[in-house]
Amino acid sequence: MTEKVIHLQEHADDEAKKLGMWLFIFTELLLFGGLFLVYSVFRAKYPANFHEGSLELSVTIGTINTIVLLISSMTVAMSLTAIQKNNRKLAMILISVTLVLATVFLFNKVFEWGAKFEHGLYPGSKLMPMLERGDLLYFSLYFFMTGLHALHIIVGMVLLTICLFKLKSGSVNSQKYIHLENGALYWHLVDLIWIFLFPLMYLIT
Amino acid sequence: MDETKQEPYVSYLNHKGKYTGIRSWIFTMDHKRIGLLYMYAIIVLFFVGAIMGLLMRIELIKPGETIMKPQTYNGLFTVHGIIMIFMVVIPGLSVVFGNFFLPILIGAKDVAFPKLNRFSWWVYIAGCILAVASQFLKSGPPDTGWSFYAPYSTTTGTNVIIATFAAFVLGFSSILTGLNFIVTIHQMRAPGMKFMNMPLFSWAIYATAWTQLLATPIVGITLLMLIAERLFGIGFFNPNLGGDPVLFQHLFWIYSHPAVYIMILPALGVITEIIPTFCQKKIYGYKAIAFSSLAIAGVGFLVWGHHMFTSGMSDQARWFFSLLTFLVAVPSAIKVFNWLATMYKGSIDLKPPFLYALSFIFLFTIGGTTGLLLGSVATNVQVHDTAFVVAHFHYIIFGGMGFAFFGAIHYWLPKMYGRMYNMKRATIAWGIIFIGFNLLYFPQFILGIEGVPRRYFDYLPQFQPLEVISSIGGFVLITGLIMMVYNLVQGVKKGEIAPANPWHGSTLEWQIPSPPSVENFDEAPVIKQNPYDYE
Repeated sequence: MTEKVIHLQEHADDEAKKLGMWLFIFTELLLFGGLFLVYSVFRAKYPANFHEGSLELSVTIGTINTIVLLISSMTVAMSLTAIQKNNRKLAMILISVTLVLATVFLFNKVFEWGAKFEHGLYPGSKLMPMLERGDLLYFSLYFFMTGLHALHIIVGMVLLTICLFKLKSGSVNSQKYIHLENGALYWHLVDLIWIFLFPLMYLIT
Repeated sequence: MDETKQEPYVSYLNHKGKYTGIRSWIFTMDHKRIGLLYMYAIIVLFFVGAIMGLLMRIELIKPGETIMKPQTYNGLFTVHGIIMIFMVVIPGLSVVFGNFFLPILIGAKDVAFPKLNRFSWWVYIAGCILAVASQFLKSGPPDTGWSFYAPYSTTTGTNVIIATFAAFVLGFSSILTGLNFIVTIHQMRAPGMKFMNMPLFSWAIYATAWTQLLATPIVGITLLMLIAERLFGIGFFNPNLGGDPVLFQHLFWIYSHPAVYIMILPALGVITEIIPTFCQKKIYGYKAIAFSSLAIAGVGFLVWGHHMFTSGMSDQARWFFSLLTFLVAVPSAIKVFNWLATMYKGSIDLKPPFLYALSFIFLFTIGGTTGLLLGSVATNVQVHDTAFVVAHFHYIIFGGMGFAFFGAIHYWLPKMYGRMYNMKRATIAWGIIFIGFNLLYFPQFILGIEGVPRRYFDYLPQFQPLEVISSIGGFVLITGLIMMVYNLVQGVKKGEIAPANPWHGSTLEWQIPSPPSVENFDEAPVIKQNPYDYE
């Protein structure tokens, strides 16, 4: 087999893997899409309550989280460029930074949620059904959507950690980096979902 | 250049890989074995579901309680629906024949992601186990119907959470299969196999795969919302908490209508393969059939409201959905005309696969035209939630997709196992199935128009004669089905050795030995511009 054929076959293989990740991203968009649909239905029905509910969230922490995720998207993209330029050490450092930033995000989330839990505000609590209907729906959506999003952050972190180990072992390298590219794509998706969640939850005051 | 190694031919069934015995099946990455694994599971589950159906027919043979209590009846029609829809007809033709034949039809040696394919099967089995568990755990089998409508599904004490979680897991398997097939078709076609040179079954699988990919996540999130409602009272579908039960219906049907196209598109594709072969004539209107598959998938996303005409939607919403429903019938009809045009002046051979294809056209037409009656708002109000709907969807799903599945087995079994079955017995079985099917379901149209509701344990005495005919039909049908399967199993075990091309077919699967070797093509396949080329 000539080198050209091997090269073409490997690239075809990488093309397939990238297409596969994009298709999977479409499914994630539709998954969250269902929740955004429910959000729009209930916001249209209870605009005042949604506005009220939004006042209970800390725009400061939300903004910090948004900036944290945006920077993490930048670092993961930089890590991909680094390995394409054969700088394995830098690539690994940048992924580690991404993971640290993701942890900061999650920590903030725990802090935010914890504050709500202390006030008796959580799905299934005794307080929730006593709220006005629109408020209940707003907070149900808040916990469901940010919770599902946090789950996806964790999945993304797992994928990126696997990439970190693959960088270490050399199976992701300057010739073959499709796994990191896909991991970065997934991370960008998780970031993108937050970009929509943040204004819809926090900034509708 | 090609990497042909001159190895002696070994059938994929006898190939010795890394594992032996049953592990060589459970851990296989060969798309052909995975197709068979799905087929065995689906056949078993189909008969389990069919027996549930038969039990219901026994209950309905006379008014009042016959062999079971109402709660049991509710549990039966629910699990019958869950098994048949999520475990049999949605995976159906895609996972069996899509897996087995898609790579071969496009000249590839496997799907794009063989490990993911194996994982999809494992996930499918996990979903099946969860669904079976829902029948036996403490709180009792779900009694909501397979559509899990709120508010009953959020309040009933039965095992709704595990059943909906089972559906969620099965949906995941469906999504991954769709993803795999899309990438396979885009990336793995042999050199020379352009999109417009692909056999039409591949086009059908392509349209189906996109639908699986895009529609299933929506029911995924909806089922998660339902589970959250039961666990935490989040309120989305509960009017007491400010929510809306009709919202559940919308979310549910936004997936479940495209789901019926997931069921039927591969079936339409199989019929499109069988007909040219048994007419020894090129398919009429290749492009029309290819694009109509895409059109059905696309427009199919826009019609879901026709399941909800009586739910309280606005008039504007209702006429929109009705109009789109009529439009989506057009590409399906185009296929029927093209099939008939293919048969005209063809050299017809009435072998069992073709008999199934012919009866498909007849039953699908009845199912489709009664769908128009349902799609028209005024008439829908009369027949919504009656036995008429039950008859309609059984004609389309069972008469359509089911018969196409049987046709596909009879068409491709010689290729899959290298054996022929007894064609006379196959024909007799087909005849019994066809008669039983019509006896079982046609009376339901009449009963429905006369007002007999669906999912009801009981009925007024004046309806008994037709209900009796229907129940007898059920017994005739299952007799035919058992005969059919028995004949096929005998064929696989002891049938005559099948040649590579018993039906003088033109597509790529007939150019390789029966059964195929592990990597399908031991020599590079000859790609014809016209896949339906009968000399």
